[in-house]
Amino acid sequence: MSWKIWSLKKSPWVFHVNTGACNNCDIEIVNLLTPKFDVERFGIKLVGSPRHADALLVTGVVTRQAAPRLQEVYRQTPKPCVVFCIGACGCHTGIFKGAYHVVGPVDKIIKEVDPNAIIAYIPGCPPKPEAMISGVVKALSVL
Amino acid sequence: MNREELNSRLSEIKNKLIAIEQKTNSRIYLLCEAENSYDISKFLFEDVGCRFVIVTGIDADNCFELLYHFAYDQLGCVITVKAFIRDRESPAIESITPFLPAAEWIEREIHDVLGIDFKNHPNLRRLILADDWPAGVYPLRKDLS
Amino acid sequence: MHDTVRKPVLAVGPFHPLQEEMEFFQLTIDGEKVTDIDVRLSYNHRGIEKISESLQFDQVPYLVSRVCGICSASHPLAYVQAVEELASVKPPERALYVRTIINELERIHSHILWVGLAGHFIGYDTVFMWAWKYREPVLDLLEEITGNRNNYGNVKVGGCREDIPDDFAPKMLKELDKIEKKMEMLTKAVLDDPVLHARLKGIGVLSKENAIKYAVTGPTARGSGVAIDVRRDDPYAAYGDLDWNVITRPEGDVFAKAVVRLLEVFESIKMIKQALKKLPGGPITTEVKEIPPGEGCGHAEAPRGETFHYVRSDGGNRPVRHKIRAPSYVNVPSFKASCLGGHIADVTLTLAAVDPCYSCTERLAVVDQHNNITHNYETLLKLSREKTAQIKKAFGLSGLKMEDL
Repeated sequence: MSWKIWSLKKSPWVFHVNTGACNNCDIEIVNLLTPKFDVERFGIKLVGSPRHADALLVTGVVTRQAAPRLQEVYRQTPKPCVVFCIGACGCHTGIFKGAYHVVGPVDKIIKEVDPNAIIAYIPGCPPKPEAMISGVVKALSVL
Repeated sequence: MNREELNSRLSEIKNKLIAIEQKTNSRIYLLCEAENSYDISKFLFEDVGCRFVIVTGIDADNCFELLYHFAYDQLGCVITVKAFIRDRESPAIESITPFLPAAEWIEREIHDVLGIDFKNHPNLRRLILADDWPAGVYPLRKDLS
Repeated sequence: MHDTVRKPVLAVGPFHPLQEEMEFFQLTIDGEKVTDIDVRLSYNHRGIEKISESLQFDQVPYLVSRVCGICSASHPLAYVQAVEELASVKPPERALYVRTIINELERIHSHILWVGLAGHFIGYDTVFMWAWKYREPVLDLLEEITGNRNNYGNVKVGGCREDIPDDFAPKMLKELDKIEKKMEMLTKAVLDDPVLHARLKGIGVLSKENAIKYAVTGPTARGSGVAIDVRRDDPYAAYGDLDWNVITRPEGDVFAKAVVRLLEVFESIKMIKQALKKLPGGPITTEVKEIPPGEGCGHAEAPRGETFHYVRSDGGNRPVRHKIRAPSYVNVPSFKASCLGGHIADVTLTLAAVDPCYSCTERLAVVDQHNNITHNYETLLKLSREKTAQIKKAFGLSGLKMEDL
């Protein structure tokens, strides 16, 4: 396994992107940092720039306005990286399916710029923090 | 102000209204033509002291309706000014933003989704639709399913 | 046109590490003072009102719960109240009490979340960790009752879906006592901390006059001396039966709004305790066969302010029109009035005091006239925290943690 993948698995640094969400997933992501869940003890760190990220935590349905920005953030993230589609919205636009301003879901928009993107799905509305941790760990273990 | 006083104040603008509908004790609807909505809204906000809540825009087949919802909190009443815009080709109404800054975004949004022009709005630019959303396409109109 | 302004522009927009566009807020600055503000939404626009027209009346609560995750009990409640008004439906007493309890639990965890975020913005990360830790028991209670930590899906036209079992009340009361003690500690620490007084007082002031012109509601209004609260002004659910106080402060600054939120948590705990004691027996739902043609307005006091829903029916099984007024949508423009003349180190805090959705406050960047980012969110956060550190130093308290006070 390449040293890049090894370091990603050891201590994934994640960057959070909201593409048009109700905020529940976003709040549960921030919850991961707090004492009850405390993901920093696993080496998972929320970073302030995609340039430092190994993984993107993407929430939201991808609104029309957000789509180009999501693609730009993906381009800026060094490869290899994993795109985590968080929540029902991230996985398949959830209850907002077919809405006039929704162009997602996330995987469709990412694949437009990289058909070989590594994408993982963590469903839930919102997924519980335990589910997110479990999803991240599971995805990294199969890499 | 008690309930009688409120009713008496509302009747001051009777000449600008088509009708006053009292749906329940705390829900009053003031129906009017579009050209009177500015004066009625100003009266409610400045003279009666109502709080501005929101504006609902409706594509009602033969006309557009703009419902200006105000609250008279002391009596727990919601007073809605229901303005009818009869011209479907070029729907327009006087903006209330000049005396009510709270209405700025709300009128911009209605402009985006229903295509209604707000005359004398200080900043009637696109607010909620994407930069590349096609002009002339109004998502909340009934002909767009 | 704002685009031709030559002065440097502070863009409060979706987090983007590079330059080009800034969505959300564009602030014009002169030196280090904010002089103007422009807003560009769209990033979060999902077209919910249109979706509502394609759903049946009973499906809509699930949709509007997700307008904003942290007001996810208030939106469906305002909606079903609008439909119940139009259809002249009276839910059973017990349902009204269950609705009240769920909504007050939401208010508690929302306000505690806010306190944590405010702490984060000024560099009191202990407060952030602490507050978000003490939010968890409230979320656990909600999960035990409704099955979810958020997006409870508990209201329907005519009543509620999940009941609060009578034997659950003692556990709830015990948890609430614990939370109350913790909140007493936190509130005292905030009110006694001279650094917080210096950091938050006089910052982001929204005058009473502007609070009215911008039609703000919730703690944003009550912290500016505007004594409005839907729960008292147009009582709904069981609020008319309970004994509680509307909390207001006249100063209009960030400190006042923090105090309002902290004290409201105690009122909420008080209300839940009363509601549990008075919880009537009986069913939690009444059957609703059809929705006649008509229109109705429903409003609720969400943690952020008034949630107002208007629903029109033509007698079919879907709303013909459903208007949703989220409190933040009307509160956020007041940022213009409370931010102008302020320092850029205070921008994150002033925006936070309005309490928009969390993701909105993340979207900050300073951009110069060539649209190059000079300060991003990270830097603005740093500026805010540095200001706190300077104040601490002035008090001779550098290095002191809040729990030491």
